[in-house]
Amino acid sequence: MALIEAQNLRKSYGSIQAVRGISFQVDRGEVVGFLGPNGAGKSTTMKLLTGHLLPDSGSAKVGGFDVTESPVAAKAHLGYSPEGAPAYGEMTVREFLQFAAELRGLPEPSVKVQNTLSLCRLTEVAQQTIETLSKGYRMRVGFAQAVIHDPEVLILDEPTDGLDPNQKFEVRRLLKEMAARKAVIVSTHILEEIEELCTRVIIIAQGEVRCDESKEKFLQRGSDLNQVFRQLTA
Amino acid sequence: MTMSSSTTSISARKTIGAVFRREFAGYFRTPLAYVFLAVFNAFAISLAFFVGYIYEAGVANLDRFFLYHPWLWAFLAPAAGARLWAEEHRQGTIELLLTWPVTVWQTALGKFLAGWAFLACALLITTPIAFTIGYLGDPDVGVIISGYIGSLLCAGACLGIATIASALTRSQVIAFVVGFLACFILVIVGYGVFDELLAGILSPGAIEEVRRLGLWRNLEPFTLGLIDLRPCAYFLTLSFAGLGLSTLIIERR
Repeated sequence: MALIEAQNLRKSYGSIQAVRGISFQVDRGEVVGFLGPNGAGKSTTMKLLTGHLLPDSGSAKVGGFDVTESPVAAKAHLGYSPEGAPAYGEMTVREFLQFAAELRGLPEPSVKVQNTLSLCRLTEVAQQTIETLSKGYRMRVGFAQAVIHDPEVLILDEPTDGLDPNQKFEVRRLLKEMAARKAVIVSTHILEEIEELCTRVIIIAQGEVRCDESKEKFLQRGSDLNQVFRQLTA
Repeated sequence: MTMSSSTTSISARKTIGAVFRREFAGYFRTPLAYVFLAVFNAFAISLAFFVGYIYEAGVANLDRFFLYHPWLWAFLAPAAGARLWAEEHRQGTIELLLTWPVTVWQTALGKFLAGWAFLACALLITTPIAFTIGYLGDPDVGVIISGYIGSLLCAGACLGIATIASALTRSQVIAFVVGFLACFILVIVGYGVFDELLAGILSPGAIEEVRRLGLWRNLEPFTLGLIDLRPCAYFLTLSFAGLGLSTLIIERR
């Protein structure tokens, strides 16, 4: 069974068709790189998969549960870090993760928080309020709330955006550590990330899937990935 | 997956509790909460003494104290309620709430109860005036308690309206202004401000019904020691309407 299933998803904002019939499946152990120009419909697709937005037509399933029909069950299987990793700035990292664990109804929330803090190397800033953290730490807090319940499905919208090389390395390391047991979608603008992180590539442009293939196949398209990207999204 | 209704309700209670604790503690994270409590207390007491002449009246009751509460709640309930949803929009955390396995109404209820509890704190701080009256005269304790119950219900109604305004915008300032205006209309409608405007459209009986929608009209019976069904229903309807509408607004994003 595919852990993530998008079936002919469509979503319009007013007269603008942001997503025009997107379908794909993601299995356990796959890390799918979501690529595409800004405004291509990447974030909207992710929002449809996570239940933040409801599709005009089509369906999204997470862990076998339809996101529209059984949202709570679907969301229980899902970890999602939205673009920019929003968090309650006035809370400390520990308080925020505790809140996330409680809202998810996890057993022994404090233990889960402690484990997640050390997994994401946040222990040293656990008592700091999130608004005082550097961007690297804040992205990791967003990552931490997404993995606190060890979900089968992980969806991350630009988790390395705006990070310095060391911080990027850190986030990728975290992802690789847990990817084998999960179905993961990561959106990114960084083509090199595909090579390092992903097992599969989906390119979206103008609300449609332009390319959906394994990393190996994608890399054979040419030595200059930027050019390949430009051709596919033109 | 089947869940028995009892586990569902336990997890709902836990969710509501977690949201409540976060929001209630959230008020006291900034000095603003203490400013709010001080302002409420100062106005509640000074209006009673310097505008209502509660002392000079020489009667041992709190009528002239509660008389100004609709005005206070119209102003301060939107101030306390403005952040409840607007701040989620501004910080982007609304996206977390909507993608965590909780329903919007659970979140909405937790937020509403936290705001209401905060307003209850503001009300609680004014109780020395009741003890003062008790020291100076021999007031009817039941009447005072019923007045406080009425004021608390009135606060909930204003907060309900404020949460709708807060759900509509990412700006706390706009949420406050819109919430205040809506509550303000409910205050002045009871004083017959719109009577002339409505005279051409509605029958005199209907105009009287409109006036009965005023906040003070519904609070007044409580200050006389009467806990009637109609005013209770009025305040609770406004509270639940606020809860329900804000939930709908958030769901229909």
